[in-house]
Amino acid sequence: MSLWSWRSKAAGLVGVVLALGTSVALAATQLTGAGSTLDYPFFSKAFYQYSQQHADVTVNYQSIGSGGGIQQFIAKTVDFGATDVPMNAQELKLANAPVLQVPVTLGAAAIGYNIPGVGKGLRMTRQLIADIYLGNIKKWNAPELVKLNPNLKLPDMDITVVHRSDGSGTTYIFTDFLSHVSAQWKEKVGTGKSVQWPAGIGGKGNEGVAGQVRQTPGAIGYIELAYVLENQMTYAQVENKAGQYLYPSIETVAAAAASKPEVSSTDFSIVDAVGASSYPISGYSWVMLYEHPSDPARATLVRDTMEWLVTKGQAVAKSVDYVPLPENVQQRALKIISQMKV
Amino acid sequence: MPPEAAPKLQHLEETRRPPEDPIVNADSGAASAELGLVAAAGDAAAVASGDLAEPAELGGRVKLPQAARGRIFELAVYGATGAFIAIVAGLFIELLTNSWPSISTFGLSFLWTSQWNPVTDQFGALPFIYGTIVSSAIAILLASISGVMAGAFLAEFSPIRLAEPLSFVIELLAAVPSVVYGLWGLFVLGPVMRDSVEPVLQRYFGFLPIFSGTIYGVGMLTAGVILAIMIVPTVTAISRDVMRAVPDSQREAIWALGATRWQGFKMVVLPIARPGIFAACILALGRALGETIATTMVIGNRPAIAASLFAPGYTISSVIANEFTEATTQVYLSALIELGLLLFVISVIVNGLARLLLWTIFRPMES
Repeated sequence: MSLWSWRSKAAGLVGVVLALGTSVALAATQLTGAGSTLDYPFFSKAFYQYSQQHADVTVNYQSIGSGGGIQQFIAKTVDFGATDVPMNAQELKLANAPVLQVPVTLGAAAIGYNIPGVGKGLRMTRQLIADIYLGNIKKWNAPELVKLNPNLKLPDMDITVVHRSDGSGTTYIFTDFLSHVSAQWKEKVGTGKSVQWPAGIGGKGNEGVAGQVRQTPGAIGYIELAYVLENQMTYAQVENKAGQYLYPSIETVAAAAASKPEVSSTDFSIVDAVGASSYPISGYSWVMLYEHPSDPARATLVRDTMEWLVTKGQAVAKSVDYVPLPENVQQRALKIISQMKV
Repeated sequence: MPPEAAPKLQHLEETRRPPEDPIVNADSGAASAELGLVAAAGDAAAVASGDLAEPAELGGRVKLPQAARGRIFELAVYGATGAFIAIVAGLFIELLTNSWPSISTFGLSFLWTSQWNPVTDQFGALPFIYGTIVSSAIAILLASISGVMAGAFLAEFSPIRLAEPLSFVIELLAAVPSVVYGLWGLFVLGPVMRDSVEPVLQRYFGFLPIFSGTIYGVGMLTAGVILAIMIVPTVTAISRDVMRAVPDSQREAIWALGATRWQGFKMVVLPIARPGIFAACILALGRALGETIATTMVIGNRPAIAASLFAPGYTISSVIANEFTEATTQVYLSALIELGLLLFVISVIVNGLARLLLWTIFRPMES
């Protein structure tokens, strides 16, 4: 058998396989989204389940970060964007078209710690967390901490503060919380996905912070709730506005969200929320849609997917340790999506 | 016209081979010329210029004249080189263009400001330049000493049977991915530094500012050590090769004069091998300057300049990797890109200086 005809047969086979493959893929419309990494575990499972139920749609979500999501959304290379902090006025001006921002999931920052000789049960007041992160309180056996935790043997050890080195929505929620509870923090540092931290070392990603905390005796760090639950880490009870000491959990975070149903892209902060069972370090993550999309057929599919995501899709959230939107916020999200002119 | 084609004309008119013959197709150059000759029934002029196309029954491939093939090859070679130069130039121009908002906002003061505040959009590169230089300096210091010694052992002093396997093992270090080094650094090296190495350094040398301060385990020193481990294979391999390349006659000459092996090495091999060893170190330094993931996992990621090596630091590549995806404002993004431009310039300067130095060393040798 000659080499030449072997080559042409191989080329033919590859061509047939490619054609079959693309024809199978072409049968379903592929919607694309990009943005927040916080949403990614939830989105990947939810969209997979959606595709199982609706054979005509697959969703391809790229978790490139909120900044990247906003840029791709403005450049109209994706059908929807996802971000932890809604687009501000400057970004909306760049988008040059009315944008709808829909809350789709909730995140929370748990305070993980590693104190030799101390297990579960550490209590922190809001002011104490701010003081530790400001560098005002430097040792674990500081009088304020000891007074709050009389039944724990807090050692005479330096507090190693750990924060996120990469820009993240979890950092935004945490610094938003600190700005609300401490005027000194608000003035000195402020709120942002990346800030100039007064103290501490940075770890990359939730894994980095968790790894640092686990490795370093005397460390404290803030970590995304889903991560903390999946990895069974030790985390603290945090005092909320009503004076209750609460562990972050699906229930307490949902309670914080439910306390403010009229959430919108301009008024979206739910940190330090009212309510006896509200966890104070919580926040939303958002999806961005154009109000007047250019392709009606595609836009209908996007709208249906998003409507599913904020209602039935929330059931998927619990299975990946994400917090489902409370009922009243789901209704609010549906109302925002219905403004899509499609 | 290929010289071997003319004598074969006569032979092929009798023994025309079918096109499926693999021997024919494997020996494509001369063979297809031969088939072409057969098809044209010996038109010598057409053969000479090589402008013959095969008839359809033989597959119909067009064969180009040798001169044209040569020109195409030249074009391809020039083109590939030109493409690479264009890519590098394009990279530089792109970096410059995208960092323009930051350059125009901060000007030259960007280079000596220590602020890095994304909330108020105030940026300065000094902590990152410091961190990059210091971590790379620690790395090259540790790696050059240990790498050259390892290379010397492999080239001069080790038993021959041991040299090959040992070389292989050291080169394996270069094959380990950067992120694996980062994980190992975070979970193994960090605690070792925190519990064993740094306390000892602080106990005996704590009066020096570089060994004072809080011990975290992660920090500038740990990052320097990890980088050293990553670049040691480069230094070792090249040093070993350069030392092996020293002619045996030189060694035998000094041994004949009564020198010991060590004296021979120090007085003959090392001076001859020195430019090559230097080049190896520069190559390794280039890698250390740009190393991202392993560094960011063990350096502590704190944009502050501290006298102590135990303190956390930040390098240019780490901050870009950490903050680029979430940078939303124009100034923030372009400040990060300007940092990239700075790293590009630092690498070019380091490599350029090394090449210049090597050129001045080698120039007198050529004459």
